[in-house]
Amino acid sequence: MSRANTLDRRAVVRSLLARRGGLLLVTGLGAPAWDATAAGDSPLTFPLWGAMGSAAMIGLGLALAQPERAVLVLTGDGEMLMGLGSLATIGVQRPANLALAVLDNERYGETGMQETHTAHGVDLAAIAAGCGFAQSETIRDMAGIEALGARLDARQGPLFAQVKIAADTPPLALPPRDGALLKNRFRAALLGPQADLA
Amino acid sequence: MEQTSPGWQDELYDLLRRRGVTQFAYVPDAGHRVLIDRALADPAAQAVALTTEEEGVALLAGADLGGARGVLLMQSSGVGNCINMLSLVKGGRFPFLTLVSMRGDFGEGNPWQYPMGQAVEPVLAAMGVICLRVERPEEATPTVGAALTMAFQAGSAIAVLLSQKLIGAKPF
Repeated sequence: MSRANTLDRRAVVRSLLARRGGLLLVTGLGAPAWDATAAGDSPLTFPLWGAMGSAAMIGLGLALAQPERAVLVLTGDGEMLMGLGSLATIGVQRPANLALAVLDNERYGETGMQETHTAHGVDLAAIAAGCGFAQSETIRDMAGIEALGARLDARQGPLFAQVKIAADTPPLALPPRDGALLKNRFRAALLGPQADLA
Repeated sequence: MEQTSPGWQDELYDLLRRRGVTQFAYVPDAGHRVLIDRALADPAAQAVALTTEEEGVALLAGADLGGARGVLLMQSSGVGNCINMLSLVKGGRFPFLTLVSMRGDFGEGNPWQYPMGQAVEPVLAAMGVICLRVERPEEATPTVGAALTMAFQAGSAIAVLLSQKLIGAKPF
């Protein structure tokens, strides 16, 4: 696209998570998971290391299970494109407590920076709006990010934000890799002693 | 196909709800019609229609993160759509319960249903999902009861395969 994308991904994520409080966070695989880790690892973050295309739907299951808690899915444009149908599924369920923020660098960052469909004009925010999200927008400046961060807790969603970021590669900041550990620490932090009782 | 709704399907719904299942993820399917309709009519349950079955695998992992229990209702063709997503179940050791209405097995008249229908068990086994097969109505409730224990007490991944001997074969 002709417009310059200048937002710094680490600054975006740091801002969104600066006052995260009890926010429940799911991240897509790759750079969004590294960004969330760079902003501060937390047991209430569930970062993916695989299962590409699953982040939004994990967020939906979590949001339906915990309607009183704000849930944020932070993922990349490539990951979101692999699960586009989930936008329609979320649009039907309309959970007020779910927000999706897509860090859109128009590239597949982990595989050699090949262009994604968004580099050719595919408009994820328009797709989310067409699927029935209560709010959907494209964000190109930090003022927009700060406004989004302030709305995460309002539970007036589902919210969708396509965040146009620069295509750079900040240093790796890796979360734990063991999926069972990530799941168990998340459940323990959220559910307390009930987490291990069935 | 039987014209009246068989009682075992209502029994299954009551059993799932009694054992704490609240999220019913599904791709519309005649074999699961009673369960889907019951979930849609139940104000204490969440019926989640999917665009493709793999969405349901991820949904149920999210449900577990949030302390809720779910089940994925799908046809055997949908199993093929789930394969890579089952990495999430295995990697995270998430409990997983799916009820699969079979095509491409007993008495199937549509040749296009055979490739995936016959691949269901080997594919699920390869991804670490244990298969329990139901062929007679009286086996349905005890088998799903066992599957609930295996999934939510033992944390396993379980598929209950509802055979065409049970639900009837389509001639087309």
